[in-house]
Amino acid sequence: MAVKVKIPVPLQRLTQGKEEVEGAAGSIIALVNDLDKLYPGLAERISEDGKLRRFVNVYVNEEDVRFLKNEETEVKDGDEVSIVPAIAGGSVAS
Amino acid sequence: MGFVKGLKCRECGREYPVEPIYVCEFCFGPLEVAYDYEKIKNVLTREQILSRPQNLWRYRELMPIDGEPTCGLYSGFTPLVRADKLAEQIGLKELYIKDDTVTHPTLSFKDRVVAVALTKAKEFGFDTVACASTGNLAHSVSAHGAAAGLKRFIFIPASLERSKIVASLAYGPNLIAVDGNYDDVNRLCSEVANKYKWAFVNINIRPFYAEGSKTQGYEIVEQLDWKTPDAVVVPCASGSLLTKIWKSFKEMKEIGLIDQLNCKVFSAQATGCSPIVAAIKEGVDVIKPVKPNTIAKSLAIGNPADGYYATKVIKDSGGFGADVSDPEIIDAIKLLAATEGIFAETAGGVTLASAIKLIKSGHIKRDDRTVLCITGNGMKTKEALTGHTGEPHHISANMKSFEEVMAKIGS
Repeated sequence: MAVKVKIPVPLQRLTQGKEEVEGAAGSIIALVNDLDKLYPGLAERISEDGKLRRFVNVYVNEEDVRFLKNEETEVKDGDEVSIVPAIAGGSVAS
Repeated sequence: MGFVKGLKCRECGREYPVEPIYVCEFCFGPLEVAYDYEKIKNVLTREQILSRPQNLWRYRELMPIDGEPTCGLYSGFTPLVRADKLAEQIGLKELYIKDDTVTHPTLSFKDRVVAVALTKAKEFGFDTVACASTGNLAHSVSAHGAAAGLKRFIFIPASLERSKIVASLAYGPNLIAVDGNYDDVNRLCSEVANKYKWAFVNINIRPFYAEGSKTQGYEIVEQLDWKTPDAVVVPCASGSLLTKIWKSFKEMKEIGLIDQLNCKVFSAQATGCSPIVAAIKEGVDVIKPVKPNTIAKSLAIGNPADGYYATKVIKDSGGFGADVSDPEIIDAIKLLAATEGIFAETAGGVTLASAIKLIKSGHIKRDDRTVLCITGNGMKTKEALTGHTGEPHHISANMKSFEEVMAKIGS
């Protein structure tokens, strides 16, 4: 068993169209860097200087990592990681 | 016609064609519509605007559509109410309420954005529209979508007020009630949007949808006889409305509809969900997400997508922010209703209560010509006032009983 990583549409071009890929347990940033070896370019889209980009939301088992330890959040086998672009440029507002 | 040049990433500036996309493939920054202002400048004059019907499409050259508007032909152009009684109570000389409690057809400013989003969705050829919503957007997409003959999928937090749920169901959409808060619904919707080829108004249609908010700003300026107010107080959920009002003012200056832009922009939030105001108060532009806990559910976005840009606008314009408690929200709803006869939903209470704080703290000055953006109707969130209003005087159907009550009330 590994960590399941859900890839958003804008990044699926880098994962050969795969909506879900598998990664190794460890910190989120290590996971991202690891996936970059299989899917080159992925890390650059998601992170910058070892930090998650401003407009990238990452969830571990549906919890926003900013409520955990950001890019240092540890994930283990069986966890599900979702990478979701922040829905920006618009609103909900009321 | 059509004055749109394309889409452009707000972060890295990469350009994209006009398509139902919303994030930059490179940096995940939000895409925004770019216009040819030189061309617009030549055709859109005050006279031209004034000659058109009083709805939001009177500024159509500044909207991201190619053809004729097809949705929301009666939306927008809500009253700008001069609020002298309220002004006196809260210590201002000149105060206006931008009253979107009466927006056609679903009584909130969401009818503006949805009018634009659905017109664009039809241009793109979609037959199904969808949204994630805390209520007002659900109503608006349900209603406009019905009129436009579109299939509708509406995702809401299951905990939403019952009255808001019924007000969506009336229009016969597919209503999906999700266990979780708005952020959970939003996250689910991004995944649904990956799989189903629908026009999600606040996801893949978002760059176009969000532009509809600008019409509130254009109207304020037109209704103030082509001047920006000195201060505008805007309720913030995602922060989009605030950034778009500022954009509307800047565009009007850019194309020569106004000469000057001097307006401080203020953010209003509930203390139970105030990530934008917290960032402003701390003087940082990093938005720390929060778990919302407030009666102002329509503003309960703990992870505001446009929060970063909202803080920039506030800083650039010289504004500030305030956050208010649930009791302050309720008092403000009642004050607005009792002084100006306008019954606003909880977000309106947030806006007025925040304005009062900003006046007390000196951020808004007595002489500042001030506009409060009141974005939704109180009839939608009546539950919020349960136990906080007076009670009716219950009498028998005879004069004696009535006279007894009159004696108590006094005259």
